[in-house]
Amino acid sequence: MTRFALIGGIYSNWRALETTLSDIARRQVDATFCLGDLGAFGPYPDRVFPLLQQAGVLCLQGNYDNSLAGGLADCQCGYTDPRDNHFARLSYDYTFRNTSPAHKAWLGTLPMSRRLEVNGTRLLLCHGSPRKINEFLWESTSPDGFLGYLLDEAGVDVLCVTHTGIRWHRDLGAGRHVVNVGALGRPENDGTPRVWYALLTIGDSVHVEFIPIQYDHEALAADMDVERLPGEFIETILSGWWTTCLEVLPQKERARGRF
Amino acid sequence: MQVDILTSAAAVELRHLDNLWIQVSGTRCNIECRHCFNNSSPRETTFGLMTLEAVNRAIAAAAARGVREIYFTGGEPFLNAQLLEMVACALAVAPTTVLTNGMLISDRMADTLADLATAARYSLEVRVSLDGYTEQMNDAIRGPGVFRLALAGAVRLARRNLLPIITIVRTWDDADEPTMLAGFTRVLRDAGCDRPRIKVLPALPLGRELTRIAGLQRDEYVTAAMLDGFDRDLLMCSNSRLVTDRGVWVCPLLVEQPDAQLGTTLDEAGRSYELRHQACVTCWRYGTICGNVSARIEGPDIMPAPEAR
Repeated sequence: MTRFALIGGIYSNWRALETTLSDIARRQVDATFCLGDLGAFGPYPDRVFPLLQQAGVLCLQGNYDNSLAGGLADCQCGYTDPRDNHFARLSYDYTFRNTSPAHKAWLGTLPMSRRLEVNGTRLLLCHGSPRKINEFLWESTSPDGFLGYLLDEAGVDVLCVTHTGIRWHRDLGAGRHVVNVGALGRPENDGTPRVWYALLTIGDSVHVEFIPIQYDHEALAADMDVERLPGEFIETILSGWWTTCLEVLPQKERARGRF
Repeated sequence: MQVDILTSAAAVELRHLDNLWIQVSGTRCNIECRHCFNNSSPRETTFGLMTLEAVNRAIAAAAARGVREIYFTGGEPFLNAQLLEMVACALAVAPTTVLTNGMLISDRMADTLADLATAARYSLEVRVSLDGYTEQMNDAIRGPGVFRLALAGAVRLARRNLLPIITIVRTWDDADEPTMLAGFTRVLRDAGCDRPRIKVLPALPLGRELTRIAGLQRDEYVTAAMLDGFDRDLLMCSNSRLVTDRGVWVCPLLVEQPDAQLGTTLDEAGRSYELRHQACVTCWRYGTICGNVSARIEGPDIMPAPEAR
């Protein structure tokens, strides 16, 4: 039996990352993978790098990482709503300014995907989708037939992604699974401050378990306040409701939130 | 018929049928907007109402290809008396969107749509068109009395937590954008849409809009050079097809162009298409604007390298 911890969307939340890595250390996993977006949204972007590196986490590039490494003008989330763009700009400019050149260069060395084979089960790990680093795979807009097509095209049985910030798992039968591992960086628009990661166990079958993480979110909010990050971001960390980046949410995910 | 065809143009392959568009009401509409890209109106019968059987057949064929999203359009989709059955059929296999002027969404209709949305595994989106945030502004484009009824329809949905996407064609200068968006947001909130979702579309040089702006713009086409190094996934023809009562078209925008009909079935319509129309420039410039999320998804492609463990 092989067990992986899958984390994603760190968004500079070094406090949630620290708590999560301690949680993972107690669980006897064979490897921990991070599916990208190390920076964004949170305070002190440089703090997550040593935590990931010391824990031996195998990282992929997310769209944010790709932007930071390449010196791009924005985060490649592609918002058109002026309010979303305003906050995306504040977040990206802060993260770009506060990520060291060495860390930016390191992000550029990360692969955009990883293929694994475990006891005959073929896996693909990537950030957005197997097609695009910044394609959103939401639960309510990813039908079974489409997910089957993605698995067929990639030639794998299990696909693991992040990027949306909200976890889900679809068992398509016959050993085929798609998992969105969620995000550690901010709560998932459910009115609680907890964040999530996924444990993937591969034995005779594939088993997916989502692990909630309670961390010192009030201390993170204080960090963000010191760094003068927008009050709207701090509100999300404290309340669990998304206040920005709402344009890309489909109806079901949007209707569940407060804003 | 328009005469904006380019004779030699770049061809785009259908990479995957992500988006199935179904013109369920043909070009029949209860109103006659000044900028309508496919000339829909109460009198327009170029394309007719689709039957439930034909729509279900298209949905099944698209589902077998791994379709990602289904869109119902027209004309005005609610003029098709079997629309709700069609929506239920579509929602069983994929997230589904109805593009409407909102005028026919009664309390009873809103109840039914909200029930369908709640019961479905996938998202049901309703896109309600408005082109001004006052009666005067909107009705000058969409016709007398339209604003009041459309806004009422949108509010009925929002009150049932089926948050409509208010779809607006940009008819103002770029400098006025913040004022216009603030106006829409304020009016929608005041009316009862307390979480407004707004999508702004560029005006399309097609149909009545092309006639309206004739002489105002220079001719512009997508050339092979413009596609060199361009991410073709942004173009609708790489990811969409439109089914009508008369066959399958490359995309909803080109439904009036005979050269854009690719076959009578989705199977036949899988072939590539040459970008011959001025409207293709809009797609090239703004990305797949017809989808719900306007955001341009143009990040790096992922080409996974095999890695043994």
